[in-house]
Formats: sequence, C-alpha cells, structure tokens
Amino acid sequence: MIIRPLVWQRAVLVFLAVMTLATLVVLFFIIAFIASKGAHVITPEFLFGLPERMGKEGGILPTIIATIYLAVLAVLIATPLGVGSAVYLTEYTRESIVTRVIRFGADALAGVPSIIFGLFGFIFFVIKLRMGWSVLAGGLTLAFMILPIVIRTSEEAIRAVPHNLREVSYSLGGAKSQTIMRVVLPNALPGILTGIILGIGRSVAETAVVIFTAGSSLLIPRSLFDPARSMAVHFYILAREGLSMPRAYGTAFLLIISILAINAVAYLLMYRLTRKMR
Amino acid sequence: MAAKIALRNLAVAVAGRQILRDVSLDIEANTIVSVIGPAHSGKTTLLRVINRLIETQPEFVRSGDVLLDDTEVRKLDTDVLRRRVGLIFATPVPLPGTIFDNIAHGPRLQRHHRRRQLEDLVERSLRAAALWDEVKDRLHSSALRLSGGQQQRLCIARTIAVNPEVIMMDEPTSGLDPISTAQIESAMRELKQRFTWLLVTNNVKQAARVSDRVAFFLTGELVEEGEAAQIFTRPKDKRTDDYVSGRIG
Repeated sequence: MIIRPLVWQRAVLVFLAVMTLATLVVLFFIIAFIASKGAHVITPEFLFGLPERMGKEGGILPTIIATIYLAVLAVLIATPLGVGSAVYLTEYTRESIVTRVIRFGADALAGVPSIIFGLFGFIFFVIKLRMGWSVLAGGLTLAFMILPIVIRTSEEAIRAVPHNLREVSYSLGGAKSQTIMRVVLPNALPGILTGIILGIGRSVAETAVVIFTAGSSLLIPRSLFDPARSMAVHFYILAREGLSMPRAYGTAFLLIISILAINAVAYLLMYRLTRKMR
Repeated sequence: MAAKIALRNLAVAVAGRQILRDVSLDIEANTIVSVIGPAHSGKTTLLRVINRLIETQPEFVRSGDVLLDDTEVRKLDTDVLRRRVGLIFATPVPLPGTIFDNIAHGPRLQRHHRRRQLEDLVERSLRAAALWDEVKDRLHSSALRLSGGQQQRLCIARTIAVNPEVIMMDEPTSGLDPISTAQIESAMRELKQRFTWLLVTNNVKQAARVSDRVAFFLTGELVEEGEAAQIFTRPKDKRTDDYVSGRIG
C-alpha cells in the first residue's frame, strides 16, 4: 500500500502532537493532584509553625529552614569546586587520557544512585570524621552528589565560548588568567548557572542522602552541627508512617512550588545577566 | 633607520607542515605595508608569529628571528608584546558587552585607569577609528548591535585604546561593503603618523590603494617585496606579475 506523502505528513504531525499532549497531561495531572490534596493545608500556621506530635499537627518551619540550609551549603561547596575543575579541564589541560578519565569519572558519578552517596556520607562524614547527623555532613554529601552536574554543565558552557573571543583578549595584552576571568567566565555564566540551578533542584528534592547524613530531627537547626530534616524527608516520613496524609501533601505541594520558584528566579536572573550582552 | 619589525630567515611549521620558509622582511616605522598572496601563502601565520598568538597552538616550530625594534619577540613578555603589536581579525569580533566596555577592555587589563581617564581614552580611540560620531549617544548599548563595518572600526578603536606601536590587520575588510572599506582605509592613512601598519589582504586593489610597500607571498615564500608602485607596475618576478595582473590567484 502506498501512503501519499501529504497523508503521511499529517499522520506524523498528529502522532507527535498526541505524544506532546500526553506528556503535558501527565505533568499537569501530577501537579493538580498534589495541589488539590495539599493546597488547602498551606496556611500561615503551617508555614511558620513548629511541628507537634511528630508532624501530625502544627507546621513545618524547621523543615523549610533545613531545606534552604542544606541546599545553600551544598551549592556553596560544589560551585567553587565544580567551576574550578571545569576551568582547569577546559583551559589548562590538553585533551589527553587523563582528562578523558576525569570526565568519564564525573559522568559515572552523575549516574550513581543517591543512596550510595548517602551511605558514603554516613560512613565518612558522620562516623569517620565524627560530624554526627548534621547540616554540615548533609551539605557536604549533597555537594559531592551535585558536583558532577556542576562540572559537566560548566565545562560545556566554557567550551561553548567562541575561541576568537579568547584571541581578542590575548591580542589586547590579556594574560590567560585575565582572559578567563574577564572574557570566558562572564560569557559562560548562563550555562554555569544552569548547572547550579539543576544542583539546587537535586539538593532540595533529595531524601536518601539527607536521611543518612543529616538525620531527621524536627528541631530548627541552629548551627552547622545540628541535625535537620528537609521537606522532602519530612514528606517521606509523614507519608510512610501514615502520620498525616494532608500534611504530607501540603509539604509536597510547597516543595513543588519552591522548585518552580527557584527555576523562575534563576531564569529571571539569567535574563538580567545576559541582557547587557545582547 | 632601523626597521620597526625585522624578519630574518623566518621559517615556521605547524603540525609538521611547513607554512613559512626563509622569509626576510623589514618593515619601517610609520609605513603601511601590505602582504598579498593567494590563500595558503602563510599570510595569517606570519601575523600570528609576530605577536606570538601562534604559540597557543600545539606542535608549532619556528626558526629564524622576529625582531621588534631589534629585540627578539620571544624575549618580550607576551602581554607587553601584544600591547605593542595589535592584531585585528578578518571577521570583526566584538566582545559581548557594551561599546564602552569593548574599548575599555584593553586598558582595564592594566588596571591603572580612573573613570574620567577611561572615558577620555574611549572617546579618543573611537574618534581615531572614525566611529565616534555614529556611536557617541549609545556607548552603553551592546556592541553586537552595530553593523559589520561599525564592528570592524570598533575593533580598530579597541586596538588603538591600548596605544600600540604596530597594528596588524588580517583581511580586515573581506566581509565589508565598499563604503565601510573606504572608511577603514582612510582611517589607516590618517593614523600612519602614529602607527606602523601591517596589512594582510586578498584584495590586490586595496593593497594598491593604501600601501607604501607591498610584499607578495606564495606558498610560504616571500617572492618579492618593494615599493607599491613598483610591485604593481614593474614587478621583477614573473609570479608577482601573474598574481597582480589576475592571471593566478
């Protein structure tokens, strides 16, 4: 049977549209489902109150603080390490077996299940270095978890900066370090930020690592050495132990909203940063 | 008078391929010297050897001397050398950012400039490159929004801002319209008192219009060098004659 090209084209178009629609429907269903179950739980008392009876009642303030604390710490540690490695790999080494092994290692690390990072963090930071369940141990472990993402996205971003921009800087008398600081990194910034944002998202959403390394205390963490429970962990415990499904959905809803907000802020930031360059 | 730039038996190979062979050439101060020749004659490599930009490439071998005011360029720090010998590329490459930031980029690398001095320097550089009147009201908008001809003059102003002694240009008008080309050529002539110009061009007519002296390269060899008028009217070498009269190229 011969299908006429026009008919065939139509069929492909319809097929692709249906696939896209199906994806969107699933996504919206998940968000709508969580919202319908959780949105009504969000009240000022829920957001700014302390949990009571293991989270059955009261609010989730400590978990919000812990989530921010952990994500910020992880990003503060992973960014200099990740961007530094990326600059070294792209600008200071020639492509060789060593750089390929490093890159392969980073890619392999990116695929390691997070619970393995959690176990590593527990054995190394919590037990061996005697940090105990703490924000510090959690932040460090999360930092190592997101490091491969930061390295690889920064590397791609730096590599994408056109070579002739570097040559312009050199030909005006710029040293290599000046060229990197003033030409390469500013132009790679949007890409580097994308990696950092992905890292924040991963940190905020992570449960396994946090349970293993930061514990699940419901107190507000007041220092780096206090244990803490992030929103994702709180949701997991509430749902698993059947403590309070509405509060679990409320936490989940807040989690989704925060990740959307982080992305929105990041895009805004990126727009403002690149506006001057266009 | 000693030459501003002197090449002595210069030979260059990159990745095992001979690009330039036994080139000896003197470039006097405050002249415009054009380097002409068909593609793959080693013209661009010549410029990149002089300001040592070629050293960013691996597997590059050089013999012979490149002298700037009688000093071997390898004895100079690359940042000092490249401030003294500016390079303008075939396609204009504005740095992403404002017009002002583009011109100020070079001076800022040396970081001893006050704001007022910098503003003054930017204005003088843009005036020298005949661009000031067109951009004075939008110094703080993006350089990428300028037209091709304006971008190339911006690149010239950016090079002038570091106050070089020599300005090398690598086919600077190859992608430009005749009016932009004429603006750049007249800027070169006006600035001859300040700088020594080394112009690589594919355009024989352009070389005839602007140069004091012309050097003709063919497959890495300097075939002939002399007064512009002599090269174009009474070339000594048959190959030069063939090229300038359009029989090869």
